[in-house]
Amino acid sequence: MNVSVASSPHFSNTTTSTQRMMIDVMIALIPVVALSLWVFRWHAIVQIGLCMLVCALTESAWKKLSGKPASIADASGLLTGLILGLSLPWSAPLYVPIIASFMAIALGKMVFGGLGMNLFNPAMVGRAFVMLSFAGALGASAYVYPDASSTILTQATPLTLAKESAGASMPGFWPLFLGTTNGSIGETSALAILTGGAYLLVRRTAAWQIPAGVLASCIVLGLIFEFTGISNLNVIQHLASGSLLFGAFFIATDPVSSPLAPKGRLIFGLGVGTLIMILRVFSSYPEGVMFAVLLMNAVVPLINRWTIPTPIGGPIPAKP
Amino acid sequence: MKAAISLKNLPKFTFRKGIHPPEYKSYAEHQAIEVLPTPDTVRIPLLQHLGAPAKVSIEPRAAVKVGDIIAESGGFISTNLHASVSGKTAREGIITLPNGRRVTTIPIKADPEQELEGDALKQAFLGGDWNVNLDEIDASSISKAALQAGIVGMGGAAFPSHVKLMRNDDRPITDLIINGCECEPFLTADHRLMLESPQSILAGALIARHATGATRISICIEDNKPDAIQTMIHAIGDRDIDVKIMRSKYPQGGEKSLVMAALGKAIPTGGLPLDVGVVVLNVGTVASLARMVLRGMPLTHRIVTVTGPGVVHPKNLLVPIGTDFETVLQYCGGLKEEAARIIAGGPMMGFSVTDLSTPVTKGTSGITVLTAKELNAAATTACVRCGLCVDTCPLDLVPTKLAMAARYKHLEVLQRYHVDACMECGCCAYQCPANIPLVQLIRAGKIYNRTHS
Ligand code: SF4
Ligand code: SF4
Repeated sequence: MNVSVASSPHFSNTTTSTQRMMIDVMIALIPVVALSLWVFRWHAIVQIGLCMLVCALTESAWKKLSGKPASIADASGLLTGLILGLSLPWSAPLYVPIIASFMAIALGKMVFGGLGMNLFNPAMVGRAFVMLSFAGALGASAYVYPDASSTILTQATPLTLAKESAGASMPGFWPLFLGTTNGSIGETSALAILTGGAYLLVRRTAAWQIPAGVLASCIVLGLIFEFTGISNLNVIQHLASGSLLFGAFFIATDPVSSPLAPKGRLIFGLGVGTLIMILRVFSSYPEGVMFAVLLMNAVVPLINRWTIPTPIGGPIPAKP
Repeated sequence: MKAAISLKNLPKFTFRKGIHPPEYKSYAEHQAIEVLPTPDTVRIPLLQHLGAPAKVSIEPRAAVKVGDIIAESGGFISTNLHASVSGKTAREGIITLPNGRRVTTIPIKADPEQELEGDALKQAFLGGDWNVNLDEIDASSISKAALQAGIVGMGGAAFPSHVKLMRNDDRPITDLIINGCECEPFLTADHRLMLESPQSILAGALIARHATGATRISICIEDNKPDAIQTMIHAIGDRDIDVKIMRSKYPQGGEKSLVMAALGKAIPTGGLPLDVGVVVLNVGTVASLARMVLRGMPLTHRIVTVTGPGVVHPKNLLVPIGTDFETVLQYCGGLKEEAARIIAGGPMMGFSVTDLSTPVTKGTSGITVLTAKELNAAATTACVRCGLCVDTCPLDLVPTKLAMAARYKHLEVLQRYHVDACMECGCCAYQCPANIPLVQLIRAGKIYNRTHS
């Protein structure tokens, strides 16, 4: 008999683990990935596959070089790769996923000390890096591929259309909802994202306050912009186009770079949503999710500070 | 035959957050309370309660009978200790209790002949008539009787009960809560007591109400014990006592959660139920009060659940205080080969033990033996800041911040996040996907805070 000693509790929930959480998000992404394969075919496979591969390699190499135990089993690096791949245009030249993935893990995660220590969403750090370095490869024109066999790929993305031409040629609701439009690999289908998002919320892998906050502020601002004529998209088109939904359910909900307490998460979600709408409507970029998430990541420590919950029963009484 | 009362339509009470660990009550739930044969020796620690140790009041090598006082209360928060067997005391020794405290013990070598043993002991402890005539009892004498009898909270914390039973006219008590939740997985001692001696609990509750001047009595029982709920409702009959059904959830039986669930009142942080006019007593505690007031029996024995997949025959036992774990486990067929951890108490808040010579004390509600299967041996990863710990903390704390501040000794952060409010219930650590020993860290943080501010 070998009896061990440890501090209480001696019991823990075996159904929760870091790896299980990450895999849960991957499971939730199955509909999104399936749809992207259907719309973008091998373009999607190449982009997503390269991102996951390079993320895993970077993380392993970093751990090896710094002499720390490998952490690939927690699946967080692979998940970063998957989300990053889904956020890229299908047409990006191959150096884009490679550099973006390397930067996501190295600059977005490992320099801070690895899993749990990073301030910013690693996938978005990688994406921002390539976006700013290779604007041409990732700008609006990147998405259009006149010779493509699939007609979807010959059209500008819905948000670019909206930006350029007063919304006249915006696709209707159903293409946006089902995802038969051009755009980043994982962002086109509202249906697929909502299906996976619902799974995340039911499994409580993602905090519901974040997508709720994003959607609430986008709806309110979308309505205001619609009725004041500031935006030529209506609120539904805003919600269903671009990476708004993907961002709300899969990017902003990254636990590491979002606040801890429920109230903080709601503030974070509202902030992300507000920034998305402001960037979309007033900036020169058609899309605002990436910068919105990164900007809000930067204020998470502050939000955490503002939202320290008061213990049930009130604060600790001051010592007399 | 008693008619079953439908429990379906009764309201169920609960508190916010908390966890639902597997209950594992079936190991011992249907085992009627058995009397442990008198052990050869018992060793009675001088500190079995919160507060100051008791002071020895007896010579070595003195002859004692069951129930004789061997040590007296050593302060206001302290209580008396009694011989739990008849026999001869030996020289004082030192023992390490499961909570790590080293305390002096008084050993007693048991006589071969005991005046109260086996069925007679069980009958005196649980059976017979528990009618109580409150007119004959002076309310102010009850607290003294509890101190005389050495009664402490039997749920695990072992707070001396006479303090709670003292009438204070500046702070009137409105509610008396009798805690029969027993929310720790595996443990069934309170459950068996409610089934086998409901009248002793009721008598004790009435006596406690008389002492505190409370106007209402609520007996709170979790809904995973429908038979205990039925039994208590029947035993009450038309007496003016409520049975409140609580949702099975951990830590429903913690004082803070219980008062919140049953009455909607928050106990102030750092305060006591007394501060909101409430007294909470465990079912076992009030039953011992009734034994003292009605039968003159001080606290010499307690019901201990011996349970878990690592025990050959799980049982609920009536054990003389001071009996070592070894003897108790042997009586239950011993440990199984796959036993991996022995816990004094339940798996959520109990202490792990390696030394089986450690004695059963007044606060030992159970001995739980787990195997590797229940112990989650998964490796600890970094905190992913998922906030699951925040979502389960019944007190609305931010456990991950407290744990990290404790690890890096950030005094200011420990205080900003209210480290002292934590009740160490373990919900956060139970839920943490990264398997971080949150409670252990927070406990260290509390100590650091205490010694550095
Ligand atoms: S539950 Fe564990 S991993 Fe999640 S925030 Fe709390 S400490 Fe970190
Ligand atoms: S922080 Fe303390 S009170 Fe909150 S869940 Fe953890 S152990 Fe319980």
